[in-house]
Amino acid sequence: MKFTVIVNEGPFIHQAADSAYHFVNAALAKGHEIERVFFYYDGVKNANKVSEPQSDDRDIVKLWGKLGSEKGVDLVVCVAAALRRGVKQENLAEGFRISGLGQLMQACMDSDRTIVFGD
Amino acid sequence: MSDTEDDASAKKFMFLTRKAPHGTIYAHEILEAMLICGAYEQDITALFIDDGVYCLKKGQDTKAINIKNFAKAYGAMDGYDIEKVYVDKSSMEARGLTPKDLMLDVEVKTAEEIGRLMEEQDVIITG
Amino acid sequence: MLHLVNKSPFERRSMESCLRFAAKGSAILLYEDGVVAGLKGTAFADLALGMAKHYRVYALVPDLAARGFSESQLVEGITPVGYDGFVDLVAENGPVQSWV
Repeated sequence: MKFTVIVNEGPFIHQAADSAYHFVNAALAKGHEIERVFFYYDGVKNANKVSEPQSDDRDIVKLWGKLGSEKGVDLVVCVAAALRRGVKQENLAEGFRISGLGQLMQACMDSDRTIVFGD
Repeated sequence: MSDTEDDASAKKFMFLTRKAPHGTIYAHEILEAMLICGAYEQDITALFIDDGVYCLKKGQDTKAINIKNFAKAYGAMDGYDIEKVYVDKSSMEARGLTPKDLMLDVEVKTAEEIGRLMEEQDVIITG
Repeated sequence: MLHLVNKSPFERRSMESCLRFAAKGSAILLYEDGVVAGLKGTAFADLALGMAKHYRVYALVPDLAARGFSESQLVEGITPVGYDGFVDLVAENGPVQSWV
């Protein structure tokens, strides 16, 4: 099956990004396809490469990036939400790309299921 | 009936607002997503339940808090062929609101009707 | 259809809303802070028992474990699942509504 995953929260207040990340990995392990992960609201902060978690904490920005660059998962950051929150091309983490809400709609249209992770 | 309902390839999208306006940005960004979706000729339902019904309250004036009054843009839904605008009966009653308190013409639905409507969707976007 | 509840009923009313709208027989997954809604011995335990009679209710074990609870502490009728079970629930049950 094809899934679209929406992440509505950043990685340093809510568990939403972690839940989404574990869900995506479990879905891939079961042979499902991830059509796209779309980062909306504060979720765009998952793509901020200048964030520096403490050394004993998980670095979810890098973990997402690996899913993008190594497993080819399409990680799209909403441009309107990102600009508001200071996430731009110059601080965009590896593996992500910035695009519009149209990319969310298209992914939902092309998927069997859409799942929202939020607060 | 709108054209999209006749189009078998159109998916059923529900945009669900459950949070009040201005205190958080959730309702605002759901509206932005819904208006973009409006351009894709999908079968769209706008649903307001729980504190989401406050988003449609008439007479919102955000000047004194200097926050953009995004709620004005609910009026644009019609221009995007978003005609299915529903509010939950029990959420309205619990808050002492009636349809005449709202800025749009809405259809009031019971929780049971809304539950069935959710089951019919392909995609439910919320925040 | 699958409903996702990720907040404690002590903090938010999302579980209550979910139960108000979800058609009987739907699947409900409790995850993140939502797992506490499924525990025995809380002020919500009776509600959880009733919920498990009318719905197919699941709780995410990694979130229980993270909060110091085990699946044996879930009320009767709630099925523990892992992330793989979460994926199966999404695949097997129509649209997904997140009560965020």
